[in-house]
Amino acid sequence: MAEITAPAPVGAPPAEASGPPAPLDFQIVPRKGLVLVAVAMVGLVVAIEVNTLWPLEFLHVAGGAAWTIIDLFLGLVLGPIIGRMSIPARIEFTTRLMPKMVLIMPTVVTVTLAAGWELSTHLGTNLTVNPLHGWVVASFIVVAIMAVIALGLLEPANIAVLTELKKPRPNPAVIEKLMKRFIYTAGATGLLQIATLVIMTKLSAG
Amino acid sequence: MSERRLPPVTALGMFSLALVLAGGIYLSAHLPEHVPLGPAVALLAASMLVLAVNVIALSRVEGFPWGRFFAVAKWALLAYATISAMIEYVFLRNSTSGGPLVVLTLSLVVFAVNVPLLIGFTVARYD
Repeated sequence: MAEITAPAPVGAPPAEASGPPAPLDFQIVPRKGLVLVAVAMVGLVVAIEVNTLWPLEFLHVAGGAAWTIIDLFLGLVLGPIIGRMSIPARIEFTTRLMPKMVLIMPTVVTVTLAAGWELSTHLGTNLTVNPLHGWVVASFIVVAIMAVIALGLLEPANIAVLTELKKPRPNPAVIEKLMKRFIYTAGATGLLQIATLVIMTKLSAG
Repeated sequence: MSERRLPPVTALGMFSLALVLAGGIYLSAHLPEHVPLGPAVALLAASMLVLAVNVIALSRVEGFPWGRFFAVAKWALLAYATISAMIEYVFLRNSTSGGPLVVLTLSLVVFAVNVPLLIGFTVARYD
């Protein structure tokens, strides 16, 4: 089984052949990205407090579009590509993509859901008498199924892969197993996002 | 790859999440109108029970790497507590109060504990 070691940084002296391999140099949670997360959260609170249609619609549509497209692209396009990559290529791709996903997905989901609930209240589509109420509830159900898959399998696998890769000697079998889990669950949530597209376009069409 | 024998923490965690989310959907589907709380309370109680069974089962595992578990779970708890707080804020902003607010708040607490448990467990089991 191949041993996974960190690629030597550009300009770095060659590693001692007998020394232990250096852990891969990346942050599981990119610290600088937390500033952008904070900005998004402040923007969300401002939009909810202002409670006018445009900012709520902007955050819900922009957040929802990002969420849907990332899930579809990752699950149905990138996932199969990652699955066919060599182990070193997969590791390099993973260490660059996954830390960003750790911040992007929870932020995008929180913004979309919070702005969506406020928007629904604003438009009255969350009232049971509204003819579109059934579609709103259907969207809750789809989101809940995606949440169980994403929070139970996908997100833990993402963090576990990154934690494993930070070890001096990562276990390729563990990474392989967790990456498979990540790719399959990303595919499942990608398929569920098609249902979200159907529901949301129906809601906007009236 | 040898793995220690472990309780089905991921399956139970996902089941607990599914129960609490079902309760949340039930409440959200009725709010802001009057909601009969019985089904939501039953789902929340079942979710809490499954969560408790999960925590007890995991706490009985000998030699589990708790250091690694808590190193990851504490940050996940901070992240998901923040997310839960945002959701709670939206419900408060829309004048949710009384019984529905209590059930929603407890549901969010169960949610915010379940996710770090699942993440911490998945990371620590391969330590």
